[in-house]
Amino acid sequence: MSDVVVVDYGAGNTRSVRAALTHIGRTSIVSSDPSSIRDAEFVILPGVGSARSAMEHLDRTGASRALHERFDGGVSTLGICLGMQLALETTEEDGGVAGLGLLAGYVRRLHGERVPRLGWARVEPWGDTYYFAHSYAVESADAVATSDGVTVAVRRGPFLGVQFHPEKSGPAGLNFLERCLSPA
Amino acid sequence: MPFARLIPCLDVAHGRVVKGVSFVGLRDVGDPVELARFYSDGGADELVFLDISATPEEAVTMTSVVARVADVLEIPFTVGGGVRSVEDATRIIESGADRVALNSAALADPSLITAIADRYGSQAVVISIDAGDGVVHTHGGRVATTTPTVPWAIEAAERGAGEILLTSIRCDGRRQGYDLELTAAVRGAISVPVIASGGAGSAEHVAAALQIADAALVASIVHENPTGLPGLRREIENLGIQLRPLKDGR
Repeated sequence: MSDVVVVDYGAGNTRSVRAALTHIGRTSIVSSDPSSIRDAEFVILPGVGSARSAMEHLDRTGASRALHERFDGGVSTLGICLGMQLALETTEEDGGVAGLGLLAGYVRRLHGERVPRLGWARVEPWGDTYYFAHSYAVESADAVATSDGVTVAVRRGPFLGVQFHPEKSGPAGLNFLERCLSPA
Repeated sequence: MPFARLIPCLDVAHGRVVKGVSFVGLRDVGDPVELARFYSDGGADELVFLDISATPEEAVTMTSVVARVADVLEIPFTVGGGVRSVEDATRIIESGADRVALNSAALADPSLITAIADRYGSQAVVISIDAGDGVVHTHGGRVATTTPTVPWAIEAAERGAGEILLTSIRCDGRRQGYDLELTAAVRGAISVPVIASGGAGSAEHVAAALQIADAALVASIVHENPTGLPGLRREIENLGIQLRPLKDGR
């Protein structure tokens, strides 16, 4: 099995994602190199930081184009939290930022009772409970799962995006990552 | 709403867990990594590590603890104590912590809250407030400031704090229950979540706090009986608080 490429976008906690991959027996590298991203069997776009600086970093390094090329070639990418939000068309965060546009829709600030939405919550229709920490959420025609009425997963072709943090969601999160990484 | 959270808090000094943990089944009760994993397996929803020895020289030690914890833990954790700058927050978050908790540094320079939130998001910034007699205290609760508690919580949230960790100095360590009045007053004034802290002596106390707050910090009640965590969760659930379902051990 080849290394999973965890995309580096300058700020962020890639360590926990890599640790989770280690727990399920996968090796990984952190990279913003376009050819590594384009050619990897599996890529994870992780999620801590702010939208504007993340997109600037992805554009500057050429990682954006590489993510598009993977998508067009039908090769799997998992976006986590901000990494999912960046895959949509636009986000309200940081005064408005254009995303990668791999998926339909946009990212809006949450208006729940408590924001940030922090903690463990059930995801429907999947039934599992995962850890969330977010102030923004996606609105997308590509939605495939919700939690407390909020869209928390989107899929189009080879791109799956999730709002929760599988790397911080205990055994359920590791099982989720394992399913994502196993060949269909 | 997400499930209410139960959050064990570990005090760390010089890279070791320092107080109150008594358990013969652990090879090394002072090892933050082993204890973290133990609590995680027992059903902790999150962990908080407070570096009570925090000095500039200790920063390197704490960073290495954070990294080792991140490598074994698959639940979120917050690190507080000694976070005095964006650089400190960067060091801790990039070592694998999910969130940083700031206390006196944020009081001294509230713009620090915004600076860290801009870089890592509000969800990564916890403001820790030690409250007593209506005002915020510093130096582990020993020194009273003139800053009133509720307005400070409001200001912290407006500046980008994603959660308030609210400790009642009056109740802390007495095991007579949380300060519910204080918790309700602060939570009612802001729209970010609140972690109640100080005073847990029983499941009833924790359940009462979780009727009001989004999460409850627990220390001696779990440290004195680390194997009791799953039982404590069940008792809290029997008192009508929904905690996250724990499935399949791995």
